[in-house]
Amino acid sequence: MKNIFQEIRKSVLSAIWLMILTFPIMVIKVNSFDNVVIWRWKNLMWVGIGTFFLSWLWRFLLDRKENGSGVEKTEIEKKNKFSLRETLSERKVKIPVLSVLAVLVLVFPFFVKFYQVGIMTSALMFVILGLGLNIVIGYGGLLHLGYAAFYAMGAYTYGLMYLYFGLPFWGALPLGAVTGALFGILIGVPVLRLRGDYLAIVTLAFGEISRLLLENMSGFTRGPEGIAQIPRPGFFVKLSLQGATTYLFYISIALVIFTIFVIRRLEDSRIGRALEAMKEDDIAAQSMGIDLAKTKLITFALGAVWAGMVGVVLASKTTYINPGSFTLMESVMILVAVVLGGTGSIPGVILGAFLVTLIPEYFRALADYRMLMFGVALVVMSIFRPQGIIPRVRKRYLVGEEQS
Amino acid sequence: MSRTILDINDFSMVFGGLRAVDHVNMYIDEGEIVALIGPNGAGKTTLFNCVTGVYTPSEGDITVSDTEGKTIRTNGIKPNRITELGLARTFQNIRLFSSMTALENVMIGRHPKLKAGIFGAIFRDKRTRAEEEKVIVDSLAILRKLDLEKYANEPASSLPYGAQRLLEIARAMATEPQLLLLDEPAAGMNPQETRELDETIKRIRDEEGITILLIEHDMSLVMSLSERIYVLDYGKLIAQGSPDEVKANPAVIKAYLGE
Amino acid sequence: MKYFLQLVLAGLTKGSIYALIALGYTMVYGIIKLINFAHGEIYMIGAFTALIVGGALQITTGLPPLAILAISLAAAIFFSSGYGVTMEKIAYKPLRNAPRLTALISAIGMSLILQNYVLLAQTSDFLPFRSMIPNFPFLTPGKSLVTTTQLVILVTTVIVMVLLTLLIKFTRIGKAMRATSQDKVMAQLVGIDINRVITFTFAIGSATAAIGGVLIANHMGQINFYIGFLAGIKAFVAAVLGGIGSIPGAVLGSLVLGMTESFGAGYISSAYEDAFAFVILIIILIFKPSGLLGRNEIEKV
Repeated sequence: MKNIFQEIRKSVLSAIWLMILTFPIMVIKVNSFDNVVIWRWKNLMWVGIGTFFLSWLWRFLLDRKENGSGVEKTEIEKKNKFSLRETLSERKVKIPVLSVLAVLVLVFPFFVKFYQVGIMTSALMFVILGLGLNIVIGYGGLLHLGYAAFYAMGAYTYGLMYLYFGLPFWGALPLGAVTGALFGILIGVPVLRLRGDYLAIVTLAFGEISRLLLENMSGFTRGPEGIAQIPRPGFFVKLSLQGATTYLFYISIALVIFTIFVIRRLEDSRIGRALEAMKEDDIAAQSMGIDLAKTKLITFALGAVWAGMVGVVLASKTTYINPGSFTLMESVMILVAVVLGGTGSIPGVILGAFLVTLIPEYFRALADYRMLMFGVALVVMSIFRPQGIIPRVRKRYLVGEEQS
Repeated sequence: MSRTILDINDFSMVFGGLRAVDHVNMYIDEGEIVALIGPNGAGKTTLFNCVTGVYTPSEGDITVSDTEGKTIRTNGIKPNRITELGLARTFQNIRLFSSMTALENVMIGRHPKLKAGIFGAIFRDKRTRAEEEKVIVDSLAILRKLDLEKYANEPASSLPYGAQRLLEIARAMATEPQLLLLDEPAAGMNPQETRELDETIKRIRDEEGITILLIEHDMSLVMSLSERIYVLDYGKLIAQGSPDEVKANPAVIKAYLGE
Repeated sequence: MKYFLQLVLAGLTKGSIYALIALGYTMVYGIIKLINFAHGEIYMIGAFTALIVGGALQITTGLPPLAILAISLAAAIFFSSGYGVTMEKIAYKPLRNAPRLTALISAIGMSLILQNYVLLAQTSDFLPFRSMIPNFPFLTPGKSLVTTTQLVILVTTVIVMVLLTLLIKFTRIGKAMRATSQDKVMAQLVGIDINRVITFTFAIGSATAAIGGVLIANHMGQINFYIGFLAGIKAFVAAVLGGIGSIPGAVLGSLVLGMTESFGAGYISSAYEDAFAFVILIIILIFKPSGLLGRNEIEKV
């Protein structure tokens, strides 16, 4: 039991320091038009109190992280402990649960307000984005900060193809995926020899360059005005707004399932293992015969494919696209979803994507604080739980039998 | 007449102003166990790195011959290509894939011998499925050979130190090499483990037909295992020959004990 | 000819500001091998602090402008260093031994936090910044090529550069910084307190960025919470261009970048001005990743 007075002293000192530090920005507000200065002393109080408690909590958590949680579970206790994950993997639990889920999903649009269907569709699209970025970050270990560029490319593929050639939705969908893959390779080539930090910055640079190009090549891409009137997918006949949105909802569900299916197959394959080896230790991976250049390009392409695909869906959902929807903030939000949920973990990323899209929706009061909270989430997760909320669980092979 | 797998000719490696390796000539024939020894900093690992493609030699030629006798100059070739040519290595500081299980580590070693690509991964056709099953079986077999089976599903970082070193060897063996380069395999091992390692390396050569080149500081292991020894000091080759010859060589004694 | 000289001056001015920010990037990277994504925000906070303190003083007291300038500059330096040091302690120190990816993500998070903190506590609008640098009669714009503010920026940057070089070369803490950046473990073994050195590095880096923030606020006449982001990225490019970890490199890279942007915008296209930085970055990382003045890092295998 730590010395309570020491803890109080530390918290008080932290509180005083932060009160001093944040004084100009939090307390003073200069109105130069009216020549007045507004003093917000209440903020000072909040900073002080908040810091007092938060710094205590922070030190407590840091201490716990460095020294372990103290109470070690014995082997037997561990075995008897209920594991949600293991229970869910058993067939007799998995099948009924999935069936119920499937039914819920299918009838969802008919039981809720129309507006909610649109939100859910956005969330589902974000799931696919997260899963795609997860391939690059979670499996390949490459920090990609320009992912939104692939998203943009997919959306613009549909937009431009429709504008110039009248290409319908279903034609654009695979094309968007292919465009995504091509751009992935395009971005991959210059960064082949880069590592870690540099790779991150260059991908960020590419993301920004793409956006600048889209904005400035007005003749070709319609610049900041964007492309409007992009048609929604029709179901043999042109659908109403309601119908089309519901249709897109089901399409998104199908795409999410497709994405999960393909990624799980990749995870458990020679290519998937090569990606992960590259992530763990690229020099050792090379010694095992893995061609780093090829593997990096594959990683980027595989990751980008999904963004390109979802870009097409976005274009048809909002019917209007412009470069402003694909900023660095988008890339960062997708990153937050992956980091928060769990890098390398499919259920983790799904959860992360839902959190990132739905919390701002359903807690409207916090909307302004959204980006701030994302920043805090990134810092807190990095320090205390880098593996994410739902961490990756490695496959266990059956040993002692001839086949797994 | 034994085939020469690795031929190093007048090889030098220069870093900025430092000549880390200076005009070294070496060869390894099929089936041998050869040791490379020398005081710390003599350039041994640098030589390994050049042979395996991590660095490009500054001067000289490194040549590898494949199983059909065709020779290839490997200067500047990327490490993964060199592994495909049949050279595999372990590292001085263990470089396992730490969050992966022991079995998965070995499975990655199988990479150069497999064929499945993206389409195979996604569509899981019959050939890919058969290949994947075989990978697991083969990898398990390699673990068994080195007595590491019980760790198959454990994360590599949780293995005891001696087992980790063995796992690195298992992983390298999975690439089906003709020549295995071991960088200080006995580092940090106790005498019992070192004795077992001695047996294991001999078994690898005898049963798998893999040629061995090892860097080692443990002299008893070196003397017991090797058929030939090269001695490096300050980047230069100062002696070569059989263990007895090298042991008695005054230049070697001076290098290790000082004047 | 006049246009050309104007571009040169604009380039030098920009380059100077980038240099003041880039120094922080390069010093921090040299010491803990981390790209401090949030460094641009420190620059922005410096500008805001100067605006707030200066504005408050201007309105509530009758101090002469030069005094207000001095006080706001001092305040900007103090507070920015404070933010820098606190940021390090919270978001980076716990991750000193963590994989680089994790620390980078934490830095991104910190950048978001600081940006939005200022946004929420102040405003998202552009705030006007009344220039506090008095005009010398023979240097007013229109009559000559260089404005007072530009001159101040150039001179200040040179002074900072000189002071910093003296600090690194001749003081004990400077030597400690150099030792730590070369070999952390050895530095500890000879008795250097790594934590203090790192804290000091962040403080100095933040201070120079703050100076840059104050100067740019005077120069541009307005600031908002987002200026840190773009300036931060460009300063980072400049640091990489010059060779990250090298202080003269940061300055050189910044000047090159500033000139390129100025001439590129002047003669080629002003719409793509921001893109020049990115293009330079990509080119330098492909052909000479260690930068113009950097050393090639050989990885030990």
